[in-house]
Amino acid sequence: MTGEAQAGHGAAHRHPNYMAIFWWLLALTIVEIAAGMMLQHVGRGPARLTLICGLILMAAAKAALVAMYFMHLRFEKRTLAIIAGTPIVLLVFLMLMLVPDALRTLHNRAEAGSASAPAAAPTPAP
Amino acid sequence: MIVETERAESPLTPESWGKLGMWMFLIGDAMSFGSLIAGYGALRFGSAEWPVPSSVLGVPLTAFMTFLLICSSVTMVKALAAIKDGNRPAFARFLALTVLGGALFLGLQAYEWTHLITEEHAALNGMRMTVTTSLFGTTFFVLTGFHGCHVLGGVIYLSCILVAGLRGRYSPASHNPVEIAGLYWHFVDLVWILIFTFVYLI
Repeated sequence: MTGEAQAGHGAAHRHPNYMAIFWWLLALTIVEIAAGMMLQHVGRGPARLTLICGLILMAAAKAALVAMYFMHLRFEKRTLAIIAGTPIVLLVFLMLMLVPDALRTLHNRAEAGSASAPAAAPTPAP
Repeated sequence: MIVETERAESPLTPESWGKLGMWMFLIGDAMSFGSLIAGYGALRFGSAEWPVPSSVLGVPLTAFMTFLLICSSVTMVKALAAIKDGNRPAFARFLALTVLGGALFLGLQAYEWTHLITEEHAALNGMRMTVTTSLFGTTFFVLTGFHGCHVLGGVIYLSCILVAGLRGRYSPASHNPVEIAGLYWHFVDLVWILIFTFVYLI
């Protein structure tokens, strides 16, 4: 049964064009590096945000290419692909849950910075 | 009286239960890496002073390391295709190249770490970069070290598969262990793609 299943699985799809996937990965990596170098010279603002979003999207695209074609997820049963994708959902949720903590830390630092600004004046005794 | 029982097929991966098992492991491992990356992001986002990664880390070297891992993923999938087609010499050749790529990656990472730890960095106020000198160093070494351990495990794992393959254990009808090992290796490559972007470029 296992051999038949293997033969069935093997016959279900031909080998993808692995070299084409490689060239796509290489091209995306080169564009990523170029975007990363540009990011060093861009200050805060829409341009920086655009570059960061672009880098994240390119990384996601590369990861998807590896998962779908090298790990053959595209040719597996859809249920397996959905299960394999659950970490993405959970991790996005995790990142969103960490945002308030990070913002609070930033806020506390900003408050501490503004409170210590007139450092020359001694603090009165309680 | 001998009772023959038919082995139940894995519901999602009819070829083998081992393949499903590897997928389950990788999904859990993805959560581990994802948590580390999310933690890195949260600490960096909330930090008042975080060095520009490219001013401390060697992006060109790491870009080559990324290229190396991508190539090793290609050779891994070529090795699997070769054994599925019954081409044992090509399978051995491509798998050996995969192991070599992984070993080279580890060597380059050791070189990178040595330079980071022993040199003083202007972007870190003249300090060396270690696990204890800065949060940047802590998060960097934990992330890349955890990934490096996976690469080391993968190199050992693939070496065992290669030795078994050279002994003629695999064939077009029996190549599941190669496919399962390939899944692990591609996962290692996939994680590095994300680490390279989030830690080195952004």
